[in-house]
Amino acid sequence: MASSQEHTVKAFDQDIGQLRGLISQMGGLAEAAIGNAMLALQRGDHELAAQVRADDKKIDAIQHEVERAVVRIIALRAPMANDLREVVAALKIATVVERIGDYAKNIAKRVPQIESEHRIDPISTLPAMARMASDMVRDVLDAFAARDPDAAIAICERDDALDDFYDSIFRTLVTYMVENPKTISQCAHLLFVAKHLERIGDHATNVAEMIHFAAHGTPIAERDRSDDVATSPFSSRS
Amino acid sequence: MSNNPPKMTASHVDVSYGTNHAIRDVSIDVYREDVTAFIGPSGCGKSTFLRSLNRMNDTIPTARVSGDIRLDGEDIYAREMDVVQLRARVGMVFQKPNPFPKSIYENVAYGPKIHGLAQSKGELDRIVERSLTRAGLWNEVKDRLSDPGTALSGGQQQRLCIARAIAVDPEVILMDEPCSALDPVATARIEELIHDLRGRYAIVIVTHNMQQAARVSQRTAFFHLGQLIEYGDTSDIFTNPRQERTKDYITGRYG
Repeated sequence: MASSQEHTVKAFDQDIGQLRGLISQMGGLAEAAIGNAMLALQRGDHELAAQVRADDKKIDAIQHEVERAVVRIIALRAPMANDLREVVAALKIATVVERIGDYAKNIAKRVPQIESEHRIDPISTLPAMARMASDMVRDVLDAFAARDPDAAIAICERDDALDDFYDSIFRTLVTYMVENPKTISQCAHLLFVAKHLERIGDHATNVAEMIHFAAHGTPIAERDRSDDVATSPFSSRS
Repeated sequence: MSNNPPKMTASHVDVSYGTNHAIRDVSIDVYREDVTAFIGPSGCGKSTFLRSLNRMNDTIPTARVSGDIRLDGEDIYAREMDVVQLRARVGMVFQKPNPFPKSIYENVAYGPKIHGLAQSKGELDRIVERSLTRAGLWNEVKDRLSDPGTALSGGQQQRLCIARAIAVDPEVILMDEPCSALDPVATARIEELIHDLRGRYAIVIVTHNMQQAARVSQRTAFFHLGQLIEYGDTSDIFTNPRQERTKDYITGRYG
Protein backbone atom coordinates (compact mmCIF):
# COMPACT_ATOMS: atom_id res chain seq x y z
CA MET A 1 0.00 0.00 0.00
CA ALA A 2 2.45 2.63 1.12
CA SER A 3 6.00 2.62 0.02
CA SER A 4 8.44 1.37 2.61
CA GLN A 5 10.15 4.73 2.53
CA GLU A 6 9.21 7.31 5.12
CA HIS A 7 7.85 10.73 4.27
CA THR A 8 10.37 13.54 4.18
CA VAL A 9 8.07 15.27 6.66
CA LYS A 10 8.14 12.72 9.49
CA ALA A 11 5.13 14.23 11.26
CA PHE A 12 3.03 12.98 8.34
CA ASP A 13 4.03 9.40 9.16
CA GLN A 14 3.03 10.02 12.76
CA ASP A 15 -0.38 11.32 11.66
CA ILE A 16 -0.98 8.26 9.49
CA GLY A 17 0.25 6.00 12.28
CA GLN A 18 -2.16 7.61 14.73
CA LEU A 19 -5.05 7.16 12.27
CA ARG A 20 -4.23 3.50 11.81
CA GLY A 21 -4.00 3.06 15.57
CA LEU A 22 -7.53 4.45 16.00
CA ILE A 23 -8.91 2.02 13.40
CA SER A 24 -7.24 -0.94 15.15
CA GLN A 25 -8.64 0.21 18.47
CA MET A 26 -12.16 0.49 17.02
CA GLY A 27 -11.82 -2.94 15.43
CA GLY A 28 -10.80 -4.49 18.74
CA LEU A 29 -13.81 -2.95 20.49
CA ALA A 30 -16.21 -4.07 17.74
CA GLU A 31 -14.87 -7.60 17.86
CA ALA A 32 -15.27 -7.69 21.65
CA ALA A 33 -18.79 -6.28 21.34
CA ILE A 34 -19.84 -9.13 19.04
CA GLY A 35 -18.34 -11.71 21.40
CA ASN A 36 -19.93 -10.22 24.51
CA ALA A 37 -23.32 -9.70 22.89
CA MET A 38 -23.43 -13.36 21.90
CA LEU A 39 -22.27 -14.47 25.32
CA ALA A 40 -25.01 -12.36 26.89
CA LEU A 41 -27.54 -13.89 24.51
CA GLN A 42 -26.43 -17.42 25.26
CA ARG A 43 -26.47 -16.97 29.00
CA GLY A 44 -29.39 -14.59 29.17
CA ASP A 45 -26.99 -12.21 30.96
CA HIS A 46 -28.78 -8.85 31.04
CA GLU A 47 -25.94 -7.13 32.80
CA LEU A 48 -23.41 -8.07 30.14
CA ALA A 49 -25.90 -7.02 27.45
CA ALA A 50 -26.22 -3.62 29.11
CA GLN A 51 -22.44 -3.38 29.19
CA VAL A 52 -22.24 -4.02 25.42
CA ARG A 53 -24.74 -1.22 24.82
CA ALA A 54 -22.78 1.16 26.99
CA ASP A 55 -19.46 0.25 25.36
CA ASP A 56 -20.84 1.10 21.94
CA LYS A 57 -20.44 4.77 22.85
CA LYS A 58 -16.67 4.23 22.93
CA ILE A 59 -16.75 2.96 19.35
CA ASP A 60 -18.81 5.96 18.28
CA ALA A 61 -16.37 8.31 20.00
CA ILE A 62 -13.39 6.79 18.18
CA GLN A 63 -15.24 7.05 14.90
CA HIS A 64 -15.58 10.79 15.47
CA GLU A 65 -11.92 10.97 16.35
CA VAL A 66 -11.10 9.26 13.04
CA GLU A 67 -13.23 11.79 11.18
CA ARG A 68 -11.41 14.67 12.82
CA ALA A 69 -8.02 13.09 12.15
CA VAL A 70 -8.84 12.50 8.48
CA VAL A 71 -10.10 16.05 7.94
CA ARG A 72 -7.00 17.40 9.66
CA ILE A 73 -4.64 15.25 7.56
CA ILE A 74 -6.34 16.26 4.32
CA ALA A 75 -6.26 19.93 5.29
CA LEU A 76 -2.73 20.06 6.67
CA ARG A 77 -0.84 17.38 4.77
CA ALA A 78 -2.61 17.38 1.39
CA PRO A 79 -2.03 13.64 0.93
CA MET A 80 -1.61 12.34 -2.60
CA ALA A 81 -1.86 9.04 -4.45
CA ASN A 82 -1.65 5.99 -2.13
CA ASP A 83 -1.56 8.23 0.95
CA LEU A 84 -4.79 9.90 -0.12
CA ARG A 85 -6.44 6.58 -0.88
CA GLU A 86 -5.39 5.18 2.48
CA VAL A 87 -6.76 8.17 4.37
CA VAL A 88 -10.06 7.99 2.48
CA ALA A 89 -10.20 4.22 3.09
CA ALA A 90 -9.59 4.79 6.82
CA LEU A 91 -12.52 7.21 6.94
CA LYS A 92 -14.83 4.72 5.25
CA ILE A 93 -13.57 1.78 7.31
CA ALA A 94 -14.29 3.72 10.51
CA THR A 95 -17.89 4.19 9.35
CA VAL A 96 -18.22 0.50 8.60
CA VAL A 97 -16.70 -0.60 11.91
CA GLU A 98 -19.09 1.74 13.70
CA ARG A 99 -21.96 -0.05 11.91
CA ILE A 100 -20.58 -3.40 13.01
CA GLY A 101 -20.60 -2.08 16.58
CA ASP A 102 -24.25 -1.06 16.09
CA TYR A 103 -25.18 -4.59 15.05
CA ALA A 104 -23.52 -5.99 18.17
CA LYS A 105 -25.41 -3.42 20.24
CA ASN A 106 -28.64 -4.41 18.53
CA ILE A 107 -28.04 -8.06 19.36
CA ALA A 108 -27.41 -7.06 22.99
CA LYS A 109 -30.69 -5.09 23.03
CA ARG A 110 -32.62 -8.25 22.19
CA VAL A 111 -31.24 -10.19 25.16
CA PRO A 112 -33.78 -8.91 27.73
CA GLN A 113 -36.61 -9.50 25.26
CA ILE A 114 -35.91 -13.20 24.88
CA GLU A 115 -37.58 -15.29 27.57
CA SER A 116 -34.85 -17.20 29.24
CA GLU A 117 -36.95 -20.10 30.54
CA HIS A 118 -38.02 -21.40 27.12
CA ARG A 119 -34.82 -21.04 25.21
CA ILE A 120 -34.99 -22.88 21.95
CA ASP A 121 -32.28 -24.99 20.42
CA PRO A 122 -31.07 -22.81 17.47
CA ILE A 123 -29.73 -20.34 20.00
CA SER A 124 -26.87 -22.78 20.50
CA THR A 125 -25.77 -22.66 16.83
CA LEU A 126 -25.71 -18.86 16.66
CA PRO A 127 -22.42 -18.47 18.57
CA ALA A 128 -20.61 -20.50 15.89
CA MET A 129 -21.98 -18.13 13.25
CA ALA A 130 -20.97 -15.18 15.41
CA ARG A 131 -17.41 -16.50 15.70
CA MET A 132 -17.24 -16.80 11.94
CA ALA A 133 -18.41 -13.17 11.54
CA SER A 134 -16.19 -11.84 14.27
CA ASP A 135 -13.13 -13.68 12.88
CA MET A 136 -13.78 -11.99 9.54
CA VAL A 137 -13.83 -8.60 11.26
CA ARG A 138 -10.62 -9.34 13.17
CA ASP A 139 -8.78 -10.71 10.14
CA VAL A 140 -9.83 -7.93 7.81
CA LEU A 141 -8.61 -5.30 10.27
CA ASP A 142 -5.36 -7.24 10.64
CA ALA A 143 -5.08 -7.08 6.85
CA PHE A 144 -5.59 -3.31 7.06
CA ALA A 145 -2.90 -3.02 9.73
CA ALA A 146 -0.53 -5.12 7.63
CA ARG A 147 -1.47 -3.28 4.41
CA ASP A 148 -2.09 -6.69 2.87
CA PRO A 149 -4.70 -6.56 0.09
CA ASP A 150 -4.27 -10.25 -0.74
CA ALA A 151 -5.20 -11.28 2.79
CA ALA A 152 -8.17 -8.90 2.54
CA ILE A 153 -9.45 -10.53 -0.65
CA ALA A 154 -9.15 -13.97 0.95
CA ILE A 155 -11.55 -12.77 3.66
CA CYS A 156 -14.21 -11.92 1.05
CA GLU A 157 -14.26 -15.59 0.08
CA ARG A 158 -15.39 -16.49 3.59
CA ASP A 159 -18.54 -14.39 3.27
CA ASP A 160 -20.24 -17.11 1.23
CA ALA A 161 -19.92 -19.61 4.07
CA LEU A 162 -21.45 -17.07 6.44
CA ASP A 163 -24.33 -16.53 4.02
CA ASP A 164 -24.90 -20.27 3.89
CA PHE A 165 -24.91 -20.39 7.67
CA TYR A 166 -27.58 -17.69 7.70
CA ASP A 167 -29.71 -19.58 5.17
CA SER A 168 -29.55 -22.70 7.26
CA ILE A 169 -30.49 -20.89 10.49
CA PHE A 170 -33.31 -19.13 8.66
CA ARG A 171 -34.77 -22.47 7.58
CA THR A 172 -34.43 -23.95 11.04
CA LEU A 173 -36.15 -20.99 12.69
CA VAL A 174 -39.00 -20.98 10.19
CA THR A 175 -39.54 -24.68 10.87
CA TYR A 176 -39.62 -23.96 14.62
CA MET A 177 -42.16 -21.19 14.18
CA VAL A 178 -44.38 -23.38 12.04
CA GLU A 179 -44.24 -26.26 14.51
CA ASN A 180 -44.58 -24.24 17.67
CA PRO A 181 -46.19 -20.82 17.33
CA LYS A 182 -45.35 -20.05 20.97
CA THR A 183 -41.72 -19.62 19.92
CA ILE A 184 -42.49 -17.08 17.21
CA SER A 185 -41.44 -14.06 19.24
CA GLN A 186 -38.15 -15.64 20.30
CA CYS A 187 -37.50 -17.00 16.80
CA ALA A 188 -38.13 -13.58 15.28
CA HIS A 189 -35.49 -12.09 17.57
CA LEU A 190 -33.03 -14.85 16.77
CA LEU A 191 -33.73 -14.39 13.09
CA PHE A 192 -32.71 -10.76 13.46
CA VAL A 193 -29.59 -11.79 15.36
CA ALA A 194 -28.64 -14.14 12.52
CA LYS A 195 -29.34 -11.41 9.98
CA HIS A 196 -27.17 -8.95 11.92
CA LEU A 197 -24.30 -11.46 11.93
CA GLU A 198 -24.74 -11.99 8.22
CA ARG A 199 -24.59 -8.22 7.69
CA ILE A 200 -21.44 -7.99 9.81
CA GLY A 201 -19.83 -10.38 7.31
CA ASP A 202 -20.93 -8.11 4.45
CA HIS A 203 -19.35 -5.15 6.21
CA ALA A 204 -16.08 -7.05 6.72
CA THR A 205 -16.17 -7.67 2.98
CA ASN A 206 -16.63 -3.93 2.38
CA VAL A 207 -13.58 -3.23 4.50
CA ALA A 208 -11.62 -5.74 2.41
CA GLU A 209 -12.69 -3.89 -0.73
CA MET A 210 -11.44 -0.61 0.71
CA ILE A 211 -8.10 -2.16 1.61
CA HIS A 212 -7.81 -3.33 -1.98
CA PHE A 213 -8.73 0.14 -3.26
CA ALA A 214 -6.22 1.81 -0.97
CA ALA A 215 -3.48 -0.51 -2.22
CA HIS A 216 -4.23 -0.60 -5.91
CA GLY A 217 -6.49 2.35 -6.69
CA THR A 218 -9.00 0.06 -8.38
CA PRO A 219 -12.07 -1.78 -7.09
CA ILE A 220 -11.95 -5.56 -6.58
CA ALA A 221 -13.25 -7.28 -9.68
CA GLU A 222 -16.86 -8.22 -8.98
CA ARG A 223 -16.91 -11.78 -7.73
CA ASP A 224 -18.96 -14.08 -9.86
CA ARG A 225 -21.97 -14.92 -7.81
CA SER A 226 -24.34 -15.73 -10.67
CA ASP A 227 -24.29 -19.41 -9.69
CA ASP A 228 -25.90 -18.93 -6.31
CA VAL A 229 -28.02 -15.80 -6.53
CA ALA A 230 -31.55 -16.15 -5.18
CA THR A 231 -31.77 -19.89 -5.51
CA SER A 232 -34.20 -20.08 -2.64
CA PRO A 233 -36.62 -17.71 -0.98
CA PHE A 234 -34.41 -18.01 2.09
CA SER A 235 -31.40 -16.70 0.30
CA SER A 236 -29.61 -13.92 2.07
CA ARG A 237 -28.22 -12.62 -1.20
CA SER A 238 -30.26 -10.05 -2.94
CA MET B 1 -8.49 14.82 -22.67
CA SER B 2 -8.57 15.38 -26.38
CA ASN B 3 -8.33 12.95 -29.18
CA ASN B 4 -7.29 15.64 -31.65
CA PRO B 5 -3.79 15.55 -33.08
CA PRO B 6 -1.20 17.08 -30.75
CA LYS B 7 -0.26 20.74 -31.12
CA MET B 8 3.37 20.02 -30.39
CA THR B 9 5.23 16.75 -30.48
CA ALA B 10 8.66 16.11 -29.05
CA SER B 11 10.41 12.86 -29.92
CA HIS B 12 13.61 11.52 -28.40
CA VAL B 13 14.77 14.94 -27.28
CA ASP B 14 18.16 15.30 -25.59
CA VAL B 15 19.47 18.58 -24.23
CA SER B 16 22.94 19.18 -22.85
CA TYR B 17 24.78 22.19 -21.54
CA GLY B 18 28.44 21.49 -22.25
CA THR B 19 29.07 18.18 -20.53
CA ASN B 20 25.88 18.34 -18.46
CA HIS B 21 23.35 16.03 -20.04
CA ALA B 22 20.19 17.76 -18.77
CA ILE B 23 17.46 15.96 -20.74
CA ARG B 24 17.62 12.37 -21.94
CA ASP B 25 15.41 10.89 -24.62
CA VAL B 26 12.18 12.71 -23.74
CA SER B 27 9.15 12.17 -25.96
CA ILE B 28 5.93 13.99 -25.19
CA ASP B 29 2.88 15.37 -26.98
CA VAL B 30 1.15 18.62 -26.03
CA TYR B 31 -2.48 19.29 -26.92
CA ARG B 32 -4.29 22.53 -27.58
CA GLU B 33 -7.34 21.52 -25.57
CA ASP B 34 -5.41 20.69 -22.44
CA VAL B 35 -3.17 22.37 -19.92
CA THR B 36 -0.04 20.29 -19.48
CA ALA B 37 1.94 20.53 -16.25
CA PHE B 38 5.59 19.58 -15.88
CA ILE B 39 6.53 18.62 -12.34
CA GLY B 40 9.65 17.23 -10.72
CA PRO B 41 12.37 18.13 -8.22
CA SER B 42 14.79 20.97 -8.86
CA GLY B 43 17.34 20.09 -11.49
CA CYS B 44 15.14 17.40 -13.07
CA GLY B 45 15.25 19.21 -16.41
CA LYS B 46 11.62 20.31 -16.64
CA SER B 47 12.44 23.99 -17.27
CA THR B 48 15.23 23.05 -19.68
CA PHE B 49 12.79 20.93 -21.62
CA LEU B 50 10.16 23.67 -21.57
CA ARG B 51 12.67 26.13 -22.98
CA SER B 52 13.52 23.80 -25.82
CA LEU B 53 9.90 24.04 -27.00
CA ASN B 54 10.41 27.57 -28.29
CA ARG B 55 14.18 27.42 -28.72
CA MET B 56 14.97 29.60 -25.73
CA ASN B 57 18.00 27.37 -25.20
CA ASP B 58 19.44 28.85 -28.42
CA THR B 59 20.47 31.87 -26.36
CA ILE B 60 22.81 29.69 -24.26
CA PRO B 61 26.00 29.11 -26.29
CA THR B 62 26.87 25.71 -24.76
CA ALA B 63 23.34 24.30 -25.07
CA ARG B 64 22.81 21.50 -27.57
CA VAL B 65 19.40 20.14 -28.43
CA SER B 66 18.90 16.97 -30.44
CA GLY B 67 15.84 14.98 -31.33
CA ASP B 68 12.72 16.17 -33.04
CA ILE B 69 10.30 18.88 -31.88
CA ARG B 70 7.39 19.84 -34.07
CA LEU B 71 4.70 22.47 -33.96
CA ASP B 72 1.72 21.39 -36.06
CA GLY B 73 4.05 18.92 -37.75
CA GLU B 74 6.67 21.58 -38.57
CA ASP B 75 10.21 20.95 -37.32
CA ILE B 76 10.96 23.95 -35.10
CA TYR B 77 14.70 23.32 -35.28
CA ALA B 78 14.69 23.30 -39.09
CA ARG B 79 17.10 25.68 -40.80
CA GLU B 80 14.30 27.64 -42.45
CA MET B 81 12.40 28.17 -39.17
CA ASP B 82 12.26 31.85 -38.22
CA VAL B 83 12.99 31.86 -34.49
CA VAL B 84 11.35 35.24 -33.86
CA GLN B 85 8.23 34.01 -35.59
CA LEU B 86 8.40 30.76 -33.63
CA ARG B 87 8.50 32.62 -30.32
CA ALA B 88 5.44 34.60 -31.35
CA ARG B 89 3.65 31.32 -32.03
CA VAL B 90 5.02 29.72 -28.86
CA GLY B 91 4.94 32.46 -26.23
CA MET B 92 6.53 32.35 -22.83
CA VAL B 93 5.77 33.66 -19.36
CA PHE B 94 8.57 33.59 -16.81
CA GLN B 95 8.88 33.03 -13.10
CA LYS B 96 9.47 36.66 -12.26
CA PRO B 97 7.13 39.10 -13.97
CA ASN B 98 9.30 41.01 -16.44
CA PRO B 99 7.32 43.86 -17.99
CA PHE B 100 9.26 46.19 -20.30
CA PRO B 101 10.13 49.52 -18.67
CA LYS B 102 7.38 51.10 -20.72
CA SER B 103 3.72 51.92 -20.32
CA ILE B 104 1.11 49.24 -19.79
CA TYR B 105 -0.19 49.95 -23.28
CA GLU B 106 3.25 49.70 -24.89
CA ASN B 107 3.98 46.44 -23.11
CA VAL B 108 1.05 44.81 -24.85
CA ALA B 109 1.28 46.74 -28.14
CA TYR B 110 4.98 46.02 -28.68
CA GLY B 111 4.61 42.49 -30.04
CA PRO B 112 1.74 43.17 -32.45
CA LYS B 113 3.67 46.22 -33.71
CA ILE B 114 6.91 44.42 -34.50
CA HIS B 115 5.04 41.50 -36.03
CA GLY B 116 2.90 43.89 -38.10
CA LEU B 117 -0.36 42.53 -36.73
CA ALA B 118 -2.15 45.90 -36.67
CA GLN B 119 -2.76 48.11 -39.69
CA SER B 120 -4.03 51.10 -37.75
CA LYS B 121 -3.98 52.70 -34.32
CA GLY B 122 -7.59 51.63 -33.84
CA GLU B 123 -6.73 48.04 -34.60
CA LEU B 124 -3.79 48.14 -32.20
CA ASP B 125 -6.07 49.58 -29.51
CA ARG B 126 -8.46 46.71 -30.03
CA ILE B 127 -5.67 44.13 -29.75
CA VAL B 128 -4.43 45.75 -26.54
CA GLU B 129 -7.92 45.81 -25.05
CA ARG B 130 -8.68 42.24 -26.08
CA SER B 131 -5.37 40.93 -24.76
CA LEU B 132 -5.72 42.73 -21.44
CA THR B 133 -9.31 41.53 -21.16
CA ARG B 134 -8.34 37.93 -21.80
CA ALA B 135 -5.58 38.27 -19.23
CA GLY B 136 -8.18 39.52 -16.74
CA LEU B 137 -6.46 42.86 -16.31
CA TRP B 138 -8.46 45.30 -18.46
CA ASN B 139 -10.84 46.55 -15.78
CA GLU B 140 -7.97 47.22 -13.41
CA VAL B 141 -5.82 49.19 -15.87
CA LYS B 142 -8.10 50.66 -18.54
CA ASP B 143 -7.95 54.13 -16.98
CA ARG B 144 -4.18 54.18 -16.61
CA LEU B 145 -2.80 52.56 -19.74
CA SER B 146 0.01 55.08 -19.94
CA ASP B 147 1.29 54.26 -16.42
CA PRO B 148 4.51 52.24 -16.41
CA GLY B 149 3.97 48.47 -16.37
CA THR B 150 6.45 48.20 -13.56
CA ALA B 151 4.13 50.26 -11.32
CA LEU B 152 1.62 47.42 -11.13
CA SER B 153 1.53 44.85 -8.33
CA GLY B 154 3.39 41.56 -8.84
CA GLY B 155 0.26 39.64 -9.74
CA GLN B 156 -0.88 42.38 -12.12
CA GLN B 157 2.57 42.47 -13.72
CA GLN B 158 2.38 38.73 -14.32
CA ARG B 159 -1.05 39.11 -15.93
CA LEU B 160 0.42 41.95 -18.01
CA CYS B 161 3.13 39.55 -19.19
CA ILE B 162 0.44 37.02 -20.08
CA ALA B 163 -1.44 39.76 -21.97
CA ARG B 164 1.79 40.58 -23.77
CA ALA B 165 2.19 36.93 -24.79
CA ILE B 166 -1.43 36.71 -25.89
CA ALA B 167 -1.23 39.92 -27.95
CA VAL B 168 0.71 38.26 -30.77
CA ASP B 169 -1.97 35.58 -31.01
CA PRO B 170 0.21 32.60 -30.08
CA GLU B 171 -0.75 28.97 -30.45
CA VAL B 172 1.15 27.74 -27.43
CA ILE B 173 1.94 29.49 -24.13
CA LEU B 174 4.80 28.17 -22.03
CA MET B 175 4.77 29.21 -18.38
CA ASP B 176 7.84 28.68 -16.24
CA GLU B 177 6.68 28.76 -12.61
CA PRO B 178 4.45 31.76 -13.29
CA CYS B 179 3.17 32.00 -9.71
CA SER B 180 6.22 31.30 -7.60
CA ALA B 181 6.77 35.01 -6.93
CA LEU B 182 3.11 35.72 -6.21
CA ASP B 183 0.92 35.65 -3.10
CA PRO B 184 -1.97 33.14 -2.86
CA VAL B 185 -4.62 35.60 -4.08
CA ALA B 186 -2.58 36.65 -7.13
CA THR B 187 -1.77 32.96 -7.68
CA ALA B 188 -5.46 32.05 -7.66
CA ARG B 189 -6.16 34.75 -10.24
CA ILE B 190 -3.44 33.40 -12.54
CA GLU B 191 -4.80 29.89 -12.10
CA GLU B 192 -8.29 31.12 -12.95
CA LEU B 193 -6.81 32.84 -15.98
CA ILE B 194 -5.09 29.63 -17.10
CA HIS B 195 -8.45 27.91 -16.79
CA ASP B 196 -10.10 30.60 -18.94
CA LEU B 197 -7.38 30.46 -21.59
CA ARG B 198 -7.54 26.70 -21.84
CA GLY B 199 -8.72 25.53 -25.24
CA ARG B 200 -7.77 28.77 -26.96
CA TYR B 201 -4.08 28.10 -26.54
CA ALA B 202 -2.08 24.99 -25.73
CA ILE B 203 -0.65 25.77 -22.31
CA VAL B 204 2.36 24.15 -20.73
CA ILE B 205 3.18 25.09 -17.16
CA VAL B 206 6.22 24.21 -15.11
CA THR B 207 5.46 24.30 -11.40
CA HIS B 208 7.02 23.26 -8.14
CA ASN B 209 3.64 23.42 -6.51
CA MET B 210 2.02 20.05 -7.00
CA GLN B 211 -1.34 21.27 -5.79
CA GLN B 212 -1.15 23.88 -8.52
CA ALA B 213 -0.39 21.24 -11.15
CA ALA B 214 -3.33 19.24 -9.83
CA ARG B 215 -5.62 22.29 -9.92
CA VAL B 216 -4.83 23.73 -13.35
CA SER B 217 -3.77 20.88 -15.60
CA GLN B 218 -5.42 18.01 -17.40
CA ARG B 219 -2.16 16.24 -18.17
CA THR B 220 0.87 15.96 -15.96
CA ALA B 221 4.41 14.93 -16.81
CA PHE B 222 6.82 13.94 -14.05
CA PHE B 223 10.52 14.51 -14.74
CA HIS B 224 13.37 13.08 -12.70
CA LEU B 225 17.10 13.31 -13.39
CA GLY B 226 16.53 14.48 -16.94
CA GLN B 227 14.12 11.72 -17.83
CA LEU B 228 10.39 11.72 -18.34
CA ILE B 229 9.24 9.16 -15.78
CA GLU B 230 5.50 9.30 -16.28
CA TYR B 231 3.04 11.29 -18.36
CA GLY B 232 -0.71 10.91 -18.09
CA ASP B 233 -4.08 12.24 -16.94
CA THR B 234 -3.54 14.61 -14.05
CA SER B 235 -6.20 12.83 -12.02
CA ASP B 236 -4.45 9.49 -12.52
CA ILE B 237 -1.02 10.87 -11.71
CA PHE B 238 -2.23 12.32 -8.42
CA THR B 239 -4.52 9.53 -7.31
CA ASN B 240 -2.88 6.43 -8.74
CA PRO B 241 0.50 6.93 -10.38
CA ARG B 242 1.93 3.88 -12.15
CA GLN B 243 5.59 4.51 -11.41
CA GLU B 244 7.14 4.11 -7.99
CA ARG B 245 9.30 7.23 -8.47
CA THR B 246 6.26 9.35 -9.33
CA LYS B 247 4.45 8.04 -6.27
CA ASP B 248 7.39 8.73 -3.97
CA TYR B 249 7.72 12.25 -5.31
CA ILE B 250 4.08 13.30 -5.14
CA THR B 251 3.52 11.73 -1.74
CA GLY B 252 6.54 13.51 -0.30
CA ARG B 253 8.82 10.48 0.02
CA TYR B 254 11.39 11.66 -2.50
CA GLY B 255 15.02 11.73 -1.55
